Amino acid sequence: MTSRALVPFGLLFPALLVMVLSGVIPAAFVAFYSVHDTFSGNSFVWVGAEWYVSVLSSREFWWAFARSLGFSALVLAVEVPLGIYIALRLPPAGPLAAIYIVLLAIPLLAPAIVVGYLWKVLSTPGIGLLSGLAGIFGLSYDMNNPVVVWATLLLMDAWHWTSLVVLLCYAGLRAIPDAYYQAARIDGASPWAVFRHIQLPKLRLVLLIAILLRLMDSFMIYAEAYVVTRGGPGVSTTFLSHELIQTATIQFDLGEGGAMAIIYLGIVLAVSWTFFTLIVPRRRGLA
Amino acid sequence: MTLKFSPAPLVYVALLMTPVYWLVVMSFKTNAEIGGQLTFYPHDFTFQNYAAIFGDRDWYMGYVNAVIYVMMNVIISVGVALPAAYAFSRHDFFGQRALFFSLLMFRMLAPAILLAPFVQIFSDLGMIDTHIAVAIAHCFFNVPLAIWILEGFISSVPREMDESARIDGYGFAGFMSRILIPQIAPGIAVAAFFCFMFSWIEYMLANALTTIDAKPIAGIMTRAAGVLAGDVAMLSAASVLGLLPGIVLIIFVRKYLATGFSMGRVI
Repeated sequence: MTSRALVPFGLLFPALLVMVLSGVIPAAFVAFYSVHDTFSGNSFVWVGAEWYVSVLSSREFWWAFARSLGFSALVLAVEVPLGIYIALRLPPAGPLAAIYIVLLAIPLLAPAIVVGYLWKVLSTPGIGLLSGLAGIFGLSYDMNNPVVVWATLLLMDAWHWTSLVVLLCYAGLRAIPDAYYQAARIDGASPWAVFRHIQLPKLRLVLLIAILLRLMDSFMIYAEAYVVTRGGPGVSTTFLSHELIQTATIQFDLGEGGAMAIIYLGIVLAVSWTFFTLIVPRRRGLA
Repeated sequence: MTLKFSPAPLVYVALLMTPVYWLVVMSFKTNAEIGGQLTFYPHDFTFQNYAAIFGDRDWYMGYVNAVIYVMMNVIISVGVALPAAYAFSRHDFFGQRALFFSLLMFRMLAPAILLAPFVQIFSDLGMIDTHIAVAIAHCFFNVPLAIWILEGFISSVPREMDESARIDGYGFAGFMSRILIPQIAPGIAVAAFFCFMFSWIEYMLANALTTIDAKPIAGIMTRAAGVLAGDVAMLSAASVLGLLPGIVLIIFVRKYLATGFSMGRVI
């Protein structure tokens, strides 16, 4: 190996060191927990795939999994079209654009606990804005109704995160050269044709990034939802992360929690890989 | 592109700001007013909620603690990501794409997965309740993100720049500090912004790894919400203060935010 070949490794070393400390080692611990049983947290006995069998045959796990998947699907169905629409309607430049961007970004920087707290208060009967509004229309805002609770969580997530989709799409739109629009004008293309044949294909990459980030983050939503609903009514909003935290740190069942975490890691790997392969050939084609 | 004024963003932003307005209004109300009828501005205007927070060391130190570990995390994340992003952008090496993908995968992991080992590791090291523990824990999602953003920005700088700097006699450190960093300053601002954001809003790890000395405001709020479930006014004031650092930061980086994640060379 020549010294030139070693240069990138010197440059990568600090980042890899930090990632080993904060990512690889904890992940290895999780993998270790998942195949051991523990008595007092410091003596471990090899149990093989037992925890995996118990997790995969648990109804609670599959229901929590289904709820998380359903929540993510709804989040994407609402936030992606809305985000694209708002990004298309934002002014391309000027002071108004700057004000919009600042205001759009505010929810993104709201701490999880603040978001949860805010929406809990908004939906509290008697003092909240949402329950008050429902009252005006003669409806009762019943937080014991799973449909109402899901709608509240969805509204909360859309409030918190749609701006990320907007900002990414807005950045993607600004990168489209004016010549494309001029050509479209000459051809007399309708706004829909411009969107379908110029803007949407150019947004493909940023959209894939936005979808991947929103999918992964909503799939493991924790604090925000927990503050609003405590997982209820019943278990109707107990998502995968609640199940995982409940098992690993509250029941202190490291083995079962570990197996759950590794299964989740497998899901992340599969989904990320799918997106990666969707993104890559496109770049190859352009290069 | 047509420049017609569109009402859609105006309506959307107004809807987005309604809960924020509601929060700010509640923070200037008394609990009696909040518990009474719905009012759209404080009839009984009070600074009492803010005074209570600034008068209590536990509360205001919550903000200081959060700012400390977030700043530590931003410095570490951007600091180690910069040379790594440069390597991804400028060098071809074996396993480059696999490595980039592995890094991205860590960004996609949820804190819930790594919570139990973090608690055990930092307890064993005697690092529970230190700012650096939280800052390191937050690296697993922020370092990949920073590399990802910076790689795109570095790849948009022509390679010829590296060559001419070498001919002009710049060493690597000189090249980085005098030429590359000024060129990609917007990229560094965007990367720092997103690292700040994801570290600032993260709750689970920050709360679990701290007890007293490094407890962030989110942890203090959770405790208070448990003990004084009724003090909506004070929790609202605390929430408003939780939004402020983010707002200040957005105003600084607003010009660059729209250039976010351009995808670089690797992907």
